[in-house]
Amino acid sequence: MSAESSYYVPAQSRWPIIASIGLFMTAVGAANIINAGSANESTGMSWLVFLTGAFMMAYMLFGWFGHVISESREGLYSAQMDRSFRWGMSWFIFSEVMFFAAFFGALFYVRVLSVPWLGGEGANASTGELLWPGFEATWPLMANPNPELYPGPKALIDPWHLPLLNTVLLVASSVTVTFAHHALKEGKRNALKMWLIATIVLGCVFLFFQGEEYVEAYNDLDLTLESGIYGTTFFLLTGFHGAHVTLGTLMLIIMYFRIRKGHFDKDNHFAFEATSWYWHFVDVVWLGLFFMVYIL
Amino acid sequence: MSAVLDNPIHDEHEHHGPPKGIARWLFTTNHKDIGSMYLWFSFAMFLIGGCMALTIRAELFQPGLQLVEPEFFNQMTTMHGLIMVFGAVMPAFVGLANWLIPMMVGAPDMALPRMNNWSFWILPFAFGLLLSTLFMEGGGPNFGWTFYAPLSTTYAPDTVTYFIFGVHMMGISSIMGAINVVATILNMRAPGMTLMKMPLFVWTWLITAFLLIAVMPVLAGVVTMMLMDVHFGTSFFDAAGGGDPVLFQHVFWFFGHPEVYIMILPAFGVVSQIIPTFSRKPLFGYHSMVYAVASIAILSFIVWAHHMFTVGMPLFGELFFMYATMLIAVPTGVKVFNWVTTMFRGSLTFEAPMLFSIAFVILFTIGGFSGLMLAIAPSDFQYHDTYFVVAHFHYVLVPGAIFGIFAAVYYWLPKWCGNMYSETLAKWHFWMSFVGMNLAFFPMHFLGLAGMPRRIPDYALQFADFNSISSVGAFTFGATQLLFLYLVIQAIRSGKPATDQVWEGAEGLEWTIPSPAPYHTFSTPPEIK
Repeated sequence: MSAESSYYVPAQSRWPIIASIGLFMTAVGAANIINAGSANESTGMSWLVFLTGAFMMAYMLFGWFGHVISESREGLYSAQMDRSFRWGMSWFIFSEVMFFAAFFGALFYVRVLSVPWLGGEGANASTGELLWPGFEATWPLMANPNPELYPGPKALIDPWHLPLLNTVLLVASSVTVTFAHHALKEGKRNALKMWLIATIVLGCVFLFFQGEEYVEAYNDLDLTLESGIYGTTFFLLTGFHGAHVTLGTLMLIIMYFRIRKGHFDKDNHFAFEATSWYWHFVDVVWLGLFFMVYIL
Repeated sequence: MSAVLDNPIHDEHEHHGPPKGIARWLFTTNHKDIGSMYLWFSFAMFLIGGCMALTIRAELFQPGLQLVEPEFFNQMTTMHGLIMVFGAVMPAFVGLANWLIPMMVGAPDMALPRMNNWSFWILPFAFGLLLSTLFMEGGGPNFGWTFYAPLSTTYAPDTVTYFIFGVHMMGISSIMGAINVVATILNMRAPGMTLMKMPLFVWTWLITAFLLIAVMPVLAGVVTMMLMDVHFGTSFFDAAGGGDPVLFQHVFWFFGHPEVYIMILPAFGVVSQIIPTFSRKPLFGYHSMVYAVASIAILSFIVWAHHMFTVGMPLFGELFFMYATMLIAVPTGVKVFNWVTTMFRGSLTFEAPMLFSIAFVILFTIGGFSGLMLAIAPSDFQYHDTYFVVAHFHYVLVPGAIFGIFAAVYYWLPKWCGNMYSETLAKWHFWMSFVGMNLAFFPMHFLGLAGMPRRIPDYALQFADFNSISSVGAFTFGATQLLFLYLVIQAIRSGKPATDQVWEGAEGLEWTIPSPAPYHTFSTPPEIK
């Protein structure tokens, strides 16, 4: 840390308040849609609020990031500013890790404790006898304690088909994004674009297969959100992961367009690095999912 | 639209004042403006949450149902807790962090000033959403601030959806605020300001921010699980589908226990700044203070189930969480010892910040002891969900967190606005708060030990006397806060000008700059020896 140049303190900005209003409208709209949907009421107005909010958020993201990019390209940022961004992104990813940790924690809890207890194991033996005496604890849980309320799935996704393929795809994409990074550092722009496109394609194919898998789960296997705790944890964990892959892919696409415009050089490309950090993070989460949700 | 104010290489913006009108507050990137907004917002929430508390205490003044319906009473207990935790205490500390951390570490502003503005401006919308549920069909959230499933899922009012989205917004705000604090402390310290030279307020906030980033996402996770259970047919908290309502409590308290330290650690930092000043002695055991705070934070991740001793855990769980909880008494004891030892043989004076700090040390210790009583699993079977628990956490939150905030406001207000507050009025504020607060919460210990359950609008006759005393105390405490509002405004408007040093014994970078602090400080980092 040195006083080599002073830290850039931005002047007033209208983006945060636009972001707040946009976030508020998105949240209110979404809550209205969900509530009206559950009550079978019309959701037209709520969609209007939701989409207006979402549009504001998109406008804000383009505007705000665009502003930061132009400041960065004007050379207003010092090395110290760069470190602020690095700390910011690292801790943001840590917060995402903790978000997934909550869902993994729920998965471990039901597998190790609550499902066996419902089956009459351990100190809570009477739970099984009093509630559903016929219930047998297994994992994956194919027959739920109350099958009328929560009919179990007929079958599960075979981990050695699409999920294995998806694992290969995502791990490969982590490698290609690293190749892209090396190409960027060596100034090989064409190789950079090629590896980046490869990463984006791998991400999109992953998402396509994930969608395929969901269709199969719903149409053929009766594995749904409503099919008890297995479906619950399966869809929430893979679903949030898929949402993060989608976001990561969008970030990569934006990086591609920025590179096409000639942004980044071998010393100054934190946005690209942050995106690749994020991409490695979703990759690691997937490995956790592949082992904990699909295989074991 | 933002542009570069002036050449960032020079110090010209030292002389640049803030823009005028509402635009100043909506678009600001200035840590002092944002700090002020956080503090005023939290005070407004404190008054709203306080009115809810007074509604509760008015109903409980005598046995029987007098003023409100039980359904509304439940909404009041729920909203009072949510507003005070997320709307009053947490934003107040973020406001203090905004004002003080850049000045204490010699930084020109927070590390990410625009995101800082966003962190604040999410909050009025989030709480607008939360409060609006009170006026919706079916009423607001009525399941307690801990919103246990299935009360908050299967049996919840429709407004639970708005509650969930409101909590998500608060979480986004807190996480971004915390990231900003961490980046500022780790990256923006002036040359020579090593980690172990940082003021303790900065240290406690660094650790608090870490806790926030670690557990706010878990809160987001648990409300998301609720949303899925309520609207999308999942069975996280429904045993019929293989889930478990107890799972809710585990995930919630994994967030919830670090959360209660989020509300107290910055107050530890505040009194660690104030007690040395008015003792005219350096803080005793600086290093041990830092290690104690870090230990408390680490332990906070492995004690959550002491909130759920009666839920039916295996014996091993009961014992593990009991002993782990008791371990926290060790670093907390180190801190109390150090504060007392700092005062020992010091040249003490008793201005308002010091009075609140001393009350903090004594009364927080009482809250700590009742916490130890609750930590003993076999005895907790007796206390669980009684007024003893209410007494315990109000003793750590009111004379703990809130007195910490009052102390901080009195201590740094002259630096913020350039004027002294009226010491006479401040002493009135202190003594009225002190008496009112003890009158309100001390009898609750006896009520709880005698078996009065919490969150109940009516009670058996034998609890009547203590309840009426408690209500008198609560109204005394509540009314006194209007005096606080008055005296703060009076100080800002017409207080006597303060010196730059303000307090004779005060040390730290914030006292080296003029009072009131200029709009931009430390554009060029100071040199720390």
